[in-house]
Amino acid sequence: MTDFSTIDITEAKKLLSQKKITATELTEFFIKQIEEKQDLNCFITKTFDTALKMAKRSDEKIQNGSDIGLLEGIPIGMKDLFCTDGVKTTAGSKILENFVPFYESTVSQNLWRNGAIMLGKTNMDEFAMGSANTTSFFGNVLNPIRSDDQKDLVPGGSSGGSASAVASGQCFAATGSDTGGSIRQPASFCGLVGLKPTYGRCSRFGMVAFASSLDQAGPITKTVSDAALMLQSMCSYDEKDSTSSKKLIPNFSDYKKFDLKGKKIGLPKEYIIDGLNEEIKKKFDHCVNVFRDCGAELIDISLPHTNYALPTYYIIAPAEASANLARYDGVRYGLRENSENLDDLYQITRASGFGDEVKRRLIIGTYVLSAGYYDAYYLKALKVRQLISNDFKYAFEKCDLILTPTTPNVAFPIGEKQSDPLEMYLNDVLTVPASLAGLPAISVSAGNNNKNLPIGMQIIGKPFEEISVLAAGSAIESSKEEK
Amino acid sequence: MSIDNSIVRKVGKLAKIKIKESEEKKLIDELNNILGWVDELKKVDTEGVEPMLSVFNESMNMREDKSDSKFSNDLITKNSPEKKAGFFVVPKVVE
Repeated sequence: MTDFSTIDITEAKKLLSQKKITATELTEFFIKQIEEKQDLNCFITKTFDTALKMAKRSDEKIQNGSDIGLLEGIPIGMKDLFCTDGVKTTAGSKILENFVPFYESTVSQNLWRNGAIMLGKTNMDEFAMGSANTTSFFGNVLNPIRSDDQKDLVPGGSSGGSASAVASGQCFAATGSDTGGSIRQPASFCGLVGLKPTYGRCSRFGMVAFASSLDQAGPITKTVSDAALMLQSMCSYDEKDSTSSKKLIPNFSDYKKFDLKGKKIGLPKEYIIDGLNEEIKKKFDHCVNVFRDCGAELIDISLPHTNYALPTYYIIAPAEASANLARYDGVRYGLRENSENLDDLYQITRASGFGDEVKRRLIIGTYVLSAGYYDAYYLKALKVRQLISNDFKYAFEKCDLILTPTTPNVAFPIGEKQSDPLEMYLNDVLTVPASLAGLPAISVSAGNNNKNLPIGMQIIGKPFEEISVLAAGSAIESSKEEK
Repeated sequence: MSIDNSIVRKVGKLAKIKIKESEEKKLIDELNNILGWVDELKKVDTEGVEPMLSVFNESMNMREDKSDSKFSNDLITKNSPEKKAGFFVVPKVVE
């Protein structure tokens, strides 16, 4: 069997259209890979029968040369918070262990319509709350990359199953969702490309809600070129999501024609934080040179409220979660712990169905919204969010793109940062600000550290300018290949 | 402002999550730790700043107020742990 784990979607599309390979061959290859790599625990549900049926249909379309979608015949993983009609959707939680939706999320629907093939539903932190994929009810996911000392590393989170599956060659690409860094951080830890589009680009319909003013779907891929193809196939205007954007959707692959020459790249001094890993700083400096060589102009900028982004996020996101997760009541779907008393039924169902991190955030969220604390915490956080958003607005009057590292550190061993929740939260310190401002941002691997662990760089762009973000990501990607 | 036993019990009730007595101490410590950290925000001058509820600034569509559900009661109650004749079943709430 040919090894398809070394090629990307862009290349596979070429081979499919030249009829050198079939979608069925591709699908059979990835099914075998998934079976061989079960120890990484990337998939919660495998849908191999469906995959082979979808592949057969794709092969027929390619054979007939009609109605060929952008991702026709491309096998992918679907994060387990996108509702899939007739296929179990758990969001990594015990409370949804047996939930089978009877409708399809808009993002997954768009992907199937474009010919993508579903291999299965990928593991994730419970309700996307986590940065290491250690909060899933279905167990930890391992990073396929090991450090030179051979320890098991986390893949990052919350889209950890998606990232690990792509990095270990179990699928070409996978969907993710990003509330505070859940696409970019795992992409960075696994040496991949992770793109969070502008808030509103992808419909949230059928996506299990965490924090609705922040949640945004996006792809995790091997290459920037694949990220453009995946995003193209995922986004659409959708009247079923009231915050779905009506802005024109461009051809994202046009990033290849986007010239960085003369563009201004902002370097925010607040992101080069004390304690930033030396080697990450070195890669950051390397990327500065890459952009200089492209003819871009590098300018120092300031985003003065950066330090307040994480505490702001940890008020707003749990507050929204406490409202969103109120629906898990043991009555309409999901787990039920029985009691003669309705209120007691709610309380024991939720105590038993949610994991520790989710409960912690629901309690925090309920507290900051409760009478007497609302103004001091929630309202205050909303005001600081405005200031953080304004920081970006002013910065983008001076520059076109912003370059930062994606994470303050590389992937860490499983078991670390588990005793203190705050230590885990700090993983997202560099990704959360762009989320609060709803901006498009990409993480691209800029190479490895001396222990062979990937280092990701983040590019943040202006609203709805994913093309320039992809172009800058591509510049970093090609500089890595040259070395 | 810090969380103590009575507050954590009250908030647990509001959040409809039963908190065991044995879990209280650890939870209180963790919550106080997190709240102490978010207290950082008090340092920010937000005088005259409007709260930001959403980054979305396009106008929202109004739709006609009519039902368009294509799902049957049987389908909607399909995932329910207890149902009867197309309805959800809960413990008796009226005497």
